[in-house]
Amino acid sequence: MLKFTVRRLIQLVPILIGLSILVFIWIRALPGGGPAEALLGERATPEAVARIRELYGLDRPLWQQYLTYVESVARFDFGQSIVSRRNITTEISERFPATIELSLAAMIFAAGIGIPLGFVAAKRYLGWVDQLSVAGSLLGVAIPVFFLGLLLKYVFAVKLHWLPTVGRSDATSTALHPTGFYVLDAIITNDRVALVDAVRHLILPAIALGTIPLAIITRITRAAVLDVVNEDYVRTARAKGLGPRVVDRRHVLRNAMLPVITIIGLQTGLLLSGAILTETVFAWGGMGQWMYQAITFRDYAVLQAGILFLAIVFVLVNLLVDLSYAVLDPRIRVR
Amino acid sequence: MSIAEAEASELQLESEQLVGRWADARQRLLRNPGAVVGIVLIALFVLVAVFAPLLAPYDPTEQDLSIIRPGVYPGPSAEHWLGVDQLGRDILSRIIYGARSSLLIGVVSVGFGAAIGLTLGALAGAFGGWADTLTMRGMDMMLAIPGLLLAIGVAAAIGRSQLSVMIAIGVVNIPIFARLLRGSMLSQRESDYVLAARALGVRRGRIVLGHIVPNSIAPVIVQATLALATAIIDAAGLAYLGLGSDDPGAPEWGRMLAETQSFLQNAPHAAIFPGLAIVISCLGFYLLGEGLREAIDPKFRR
Repeated sequence: MLKFTVRRLIQLVPILIGLSILVFIWIRALPGGGPAEALLGERATPEAVARIRELYGLDRPLWQQYLTYVESVARFDFGQSIVSRRNITTEISERFPATIELSLAAMIFAAGIGIPLGFVAAKRYLGWVDQLSVAGSLLGVAIPVFFLGLLLKYVFAVKLHWLPTVGRSDATSTALHPTGFYVLDAIITNDRVALVDAVRHLILPAIALGTIPLAIITRITRAAVLDVVNEDYVRTARAKGLGPRVVDRRHVLRNAMLPVITIIGLQTGLLLSGAILTETVFAWGGMGQWMYQAITFRDYAVLQAGILFLAIVFVLVNLLVDLSYAVLDPRIRVR
Repeated sequence: MSIAEAEASELQLESEQLVGRWADARQRLLRNPGAVVGIVLIALFVLVAVFAPLLAPYDPTEQDLSIIRPGVYPGPSAEHWLGVDQLGRDILSRIIYGARSSLLIGVVSVGFGAAIGLTLGALAGAFGGWADTLTMRGMDMMLAIPGLLLAIGVAAAIGRSQLSVMIAIGVVNIPIFARLLRGSMLSQRESDYVLAARALGVRRGRIVLGHIVPNSIAPVIVQATLALATAIIDAAGLAYLGLGSDDPGAPEWGRMLAETQSFLQNAPHAAIFPGLAIVISCLGFYLLGEGLREAIDPKFRR
């Protein structure tokens, strides 16, 4: 297992180098004069331009500039936002928990409904649950996340007033936020009002963001279970007299889970980019809303940091998925 | 019809006439109700896009300020079937013209991405060795960035325009097509007919272009159809984020949703109809794509 982990970590190196080169080229391709001007916007002061020039070493040869860039990124130094004038790394540390909280909630919604639904659909193959799940998962992929968000907001917040329309907590809330994960914060500080408030704000964005993963997880679970139920070992398990529940749990589900876990990992990328749209719809103060503002104000320093940061997160999550896959299926380690 | 009967009738069909692989796939496709619905939806979408000037009752940018007041934007009526937006523009006409830009962006971006991706994939698959390693590592790097994020980066770097949206979405499609064709070609390369062709002394270029590529193209067609659906959604997403066309009045489905979301309470129709247009057109391509996948490779029939 250690050997496998090390091998996967080594494979990560060229990808990370490639990512940094891509973003490095990207900064140089930006419109608006030189890279310093592009990163600072139109009203840049000469001092600020000089600072950026120094930060990226713009008067030196390109390969030296690249090394300086990698060094500053490795130190988590992304410069500052032209809109808020704040340090980008500080902003990421404040906003990233919000995005993780939303993505986790969306994933719990998607997996919590998708896996049982896919399982039942496969067990009642061609029954009405199955037909409905197939149609539903098709529709789920075709609805853009921001349209679904708007619909949910209109029905459950604007019309029915069941849930709040925007934000992460009530405007009058005085709850403490030691970690930045509002649900976790409320639990830590034992604040019941804040917990209910945080969960209520989380429901609609999580459903909007989780619907596409839900559709995909349902489909993959269904297909995986359909594959497994006809395997010889399932027939053997039944033949030796195991009850249907035990067969389902120990033999069918456990083997069907492998592709499902892979797909859950791959969906994280979708969640991270979907979060940009969902957070914009619900004014959720995470990375996504921040990057949307950066697009609006052409705040390229923020956009660059956001894209690079989320891409690195995506790569790391995929690494974790690979490792967990290897734990679950010993055959993978040998390859 | 039971499965046995279906198989029997299929066997009968095969014995009656010698159907080729593609004709066979076409028959399976047309027998799949989902795929037929998909074809109808796509046909509708394409017809609307092509004949937009004839179908649209109004000019998509024409504002009728006499019928709106702040906070009051009339919904569906006899004059405006789908209502008007916050500037008094006819929503139906804007959706009809929006189909044009969606179709154009979808076809051009997928075409662009497929052209480059397939060329790279074919080169990697045909030559192997370091050309393969180099190309595929490059593709891995592009895949390391989540699709929409990559598109945002590209679109932001080129600047706001319809062309930049096409390039952005096209770029996202490059690694997908490259990997697909290469994988498909690698599995074909080991097959007996390639060995036979090589034994007959057919030149390498001819084996690749004349035998391997045509036999590897089936999954590419499926992917292209599905990519069109994703392209329409992504284009709407980019427009929603303000990265669409540089013409502020241009009818784009994503932009229509973005502009009307602050009027959601007063004019829900202004957001719902463009959203439905996106869903319907995407559904068409998904249904056809799934149908094609099953028709070309019956193993997928589930």
